[in-house]
Amino acid sequence: MFTHLLSLLIWLPVAGAIPVLLAGSKRPNLARWLALIVAVLTFVVSLFLLVQFQPDAGGMQLSESYLWIASWGVHYSLAVDGISVALILMTTFVSILVIVGAWEVIQDKPHQYMAAMLVLEGLLIGVFCATDALLFYALFEAILIPMFILIGIWGGPRRVYATLKFFIYTFFGSVFMLIALLYLYQKAGTFDMATLAALPLTMKEQTWIFFAFLIAFAIKVPMVPVHTWLPDAHVEAPTGGSVVLAAVMLKVGTYGFLRFILPITPDAGAHYAWLVIVLSLIAIVYIGYVALVQEDMKKLVAYSSIAHMGFVTLGIFIAFLLVRDPANVDMARLGMQGAMVQMISHGFVSGAMFSCIGVMYDRMHTRQIKDYGGVINVMPWFGFFYVLFAMANCGLPGTSGFVGEFLVILASFSANPWIALFAAFTLIIGAAYTLWMVKRVLWGDITNPHVGEMKEINGRETFVLIAFAAAVLALGIWPQPLVHLMDTSVSHLVQQLAIHKI
Amino acid sequence: MPNLNDILIMLPEFYLVVAACLLLLLDAFMKSTERPMLHWISIAVLLVGIYLLIAGQPAQTVTAFGGMFVRDRVAEILKVFALLTTAIVFVYARPYLIDRKLVTGEFYTLMIFAVIGIMLLVSAGNLVTVYLGLELLSLSSYALVALNRDAKLPSEAAIKYFVLGALASGMLLYGMSMVYGASGMGGTPTLDLAQLHHVSSYTTSPKLLLFGLIFMIIGIGFKLGAAPFHMWIPDVYQGAPTPVTAFVASASKLAAFGMAYRLLDSGMGDLAHQWQLILAVLAVLSLAIGNLVAIVQTNLKRLLAYSTISHMGYLLLGLSAASPEGYAAAMFYAISYALMSVAAFGVILALARSGFECEEISDLKGLNQKSPWMAFLMLLAMFSLAGVPPLFGFWAKVLVLEAAIHANMLWLSIVGVVFAIIGLYYYLHVIKVVYFDKPAEGSVLAAKPDISLRVVLSLNALTLLALGLYWGPLLGWCRSAFGL
Repeated sequence: MFTHLLSLLIWLPVAGAIPVLLAGSKRPNLARWLALIVAVLTFVVSLFLLVQFQPDAGGMQLSESYLWIASWGVHYSLAVDGISVALILMTTFVSILVIVGAWEVIQDKPHQYMAAMLVLEGLLIGVFCATDALLFYALFEAILIPMFILIGIWGGPRRVYATLKFFIYTFFGSVFMLIALLYLYQKAGTFDMATLAALPLTMKEQTWIFFAFLIAFAIKVPMVPVHTWLPDAHVEAPTGGSVVLAAVMLKVGTYGFLRFILPITPDAGAHYAWLVIVLSLIAIVYIGYVALVQEDMKKLVAYSSIAHMGFVTLGIFIAFLLVRDPANVDMARLGMQGAMVQMISHGFVSGAMFSCIGVMYDRMHTRQIKDYGGVINVMPWFGFFYVLFAMANCGLPGTSGFVGEFLVILASFSANPWIALFAAFTLIIGAAYTLWMVKRVLWGDITNPHVGEMKEINGRETFVLIAFAAAVLALGIWPQPLVHLMDTSVSHLVQQLAIHKI
Repeated sequence: MPNLNDILIMLPEFYLVVAACLLLLLDAFMKSTERPMLHWISIAVLLVGIYLLIAGQPAQTVTAFGGMFVRDRVAEILKVFALLTTAIVFVYARPYLIDRKLVTGEFYTLMIFAVIGIMLLVSAGNLVTVYLGLELLSLSSYALVALNRDAKLPSEAAIKYFVLGALASGMLLYGMSMVYGASGMGGTPTLDLAQLHHVSSYTTSPKLLLFGLIFMIIGIGFKLGAAPFHMWIPDVYQGAPTPVTAFVASASKLAAFGMAYRLLDSGMGDLAHQWQLILAVLAVLSLAIGNLVAIVQTNLKRLLAYSTISHMGYLLLGLSAASPEGYAAAMFYAISYALMSVAAFGVILALARSGFECEEISDLKGLNQKSPWMAFLMLLAMFSLAGVPPLFGFWAKVLVLEAAIHANMLWLSIVGVVFAIIGLYYYLHVIKVVYFDKPAEGSVLAAKPDISLRVVLSLNALTLLALGLYWGPLLGWCRSAFGL
């Protein structure tokens, strides 16, 4: 058993990046293998979380705390609850697939690519277990650096524009959060998140802090109307970058909602829940329509990501509406649970979709839907996986996409049937844009001669897609272990919502 | 009468004066083939100076020569870092000077005299010492800028620096005379900073005192390079030989902070409510002009010049808090800025060669392909300057922002972060050129093989990362210097 499990999880990939970098461009295979070993090792270590974490005990567990900056009372403190554990496991799992997925695809300086991925993995794990606000913020910002490099070096033709936009946009949001945190530090004298959660704040203070947090995390999620960086970043990023961005980085935004907005500004959150709900519904309905008209596959999936993340924010804030009525507390929990499941599920589904697009892009070097057609004729196995993930993307029962959306719609219904009605639109629009893309890409006759030359997926790609498929199906058919893992933590969060801090 | 104790207190300064004079003699009697030895001797001189400072550190604040000279922790810390960054500049300068046949005794002695000026300035306990230190630093700097005296650009920069610098010195002196006058109205006239502290409580001419204060702030603003007194910075940075620029951008800024602290807090502390807002306005102007104008620069040294202006804005954020926390934050900022900018100039110096200054941003195209390690060091320096965690520059920004919030100037901290976003763009642009662009046709980019430069530069840049991960002790020192 590990006594410093969380630190190990953060620093193992970060330290592992150093030998990978040292392998240099002369020995690309050594760099690849080293990176894979580090990623697998991190995943194996992360499995110990399941052993050492007690889901029923509740609260923050496996905590570590060291005085970091004595004169400010800043601690290097880490701890996890069920939600963090689920997100960390997803991160370590997806990281392996990303590294395997990039194996031969990245020919230019593979050692730097792999090292950046590993650093990114370590920092993301750090974000999910930091319990000191300043530590959280530092990690939250630091993840921009490797992502900036990943998109900028290995991205598509407009990569410079996309990566600058990505960096400045997200940086823009988070600096206001920094001001809010410094303000809270003035009042509380500490950055410890549990203490900040208990700090009484007036409605005026809460409102300002709420909006400072909201802009930081809404950009990260991203929510309408601050989502415009995402399609650009996704389209230009290399496949691995897109996968990590969609699967893990977007979750950092919603995770921030849970850790900051919910406990620190519950009253302002309840007061402005309508705003976030309306924005979520716009994301679900309007962005769904936007996805429908996309001609670029990656852009389409990027927009569908925004729509799906809308469900997460909807689930979180519908709980605000419900929780203030004692009769509806159970429903609030259901909504929150739906949001959490949706977070994990979207991680796998969107990661899988981007991986599939990457597989096709490597063969055809185009992402335009019109360049494809009849792919199923030459790549039947690939087609199988693609259809499976497409079904999960539209939320078919039996796949992971269904569970979360269903729970959120259920909870919305008890809050207000109209909200549920709009949210349920996704079942139609989601199916429309996903299946229409499948129809144009996979089915039909081969019209483009290049499609005829496409080769069936190789062993490496099959491994990646099987792993994603297993996760998607497992969560869809038997979500109970995941729900159980997060259940106590979700109940705790819902309790925090009901607290008045004024 | 000065006694032995006074001399012991000023031992590091006296030692450096003697060492500088000896260096000058040595240079005169050396064969030209032995001259490169001067380089190592000068570095040794500075390192011994650091040793003397640390070893002879007094337990509490002591003064010498009747309060003319103050040796306290603020001065100690600033001096150690000034000597350290100057030694680093020496290491970076060697290949550059050899390439351009500028290895002369003057470079080393002038630099050491400038450092002595810095040491006097940050230790000043009297208006006369402030002026003395400032002039020693400035005059040495003017000459250093014009080191390559046959070239047009450095001479122009030196003249500009000299004329504007003389004007600013005049303003400062004028302000000092007014303050002196005000101190004599209703009391005994004094130049001693500790006694000036109370002048506002008894003077019969508070307006005169206030005017004096404003003129002194102009002098400080000029030395810091804060807008609207920043005009000299871009031209001097671009025109001066790069090692001199590195010095002006690092050790010199520590001196500027020391001068501001001595004049404002020791001398005019009672008038803090008056100068707080003036500094806040200077901070906003510097942030705006520095960050906005930097965006359109194509010359890297000029870009770093505007970046200096914006960084001085952040430093002023801490100073304008006018509290021990604020000074500690500002001093932390000055130290972090000195280390960051010297690293950025170090990369330029490592890549420059004879006939190739490597001072256009486009000169760095594709550096990652030619020399990945140099590219990485540049990345660290740029992200640190931009203030992205986990690098050192981020924490410095957090500290000054916190100080501003603490002083009930939330608006100022918001202005600060907004300009941090704008400033981010041009730093990212440099990283973009280094990492994302392909090398130009026939690009000659390659790092200098000079081992000492490579090692020190690597340590310098990695320190930015290391101090970013663990900055507690340094902050502890800065705070202890202000009695926190």
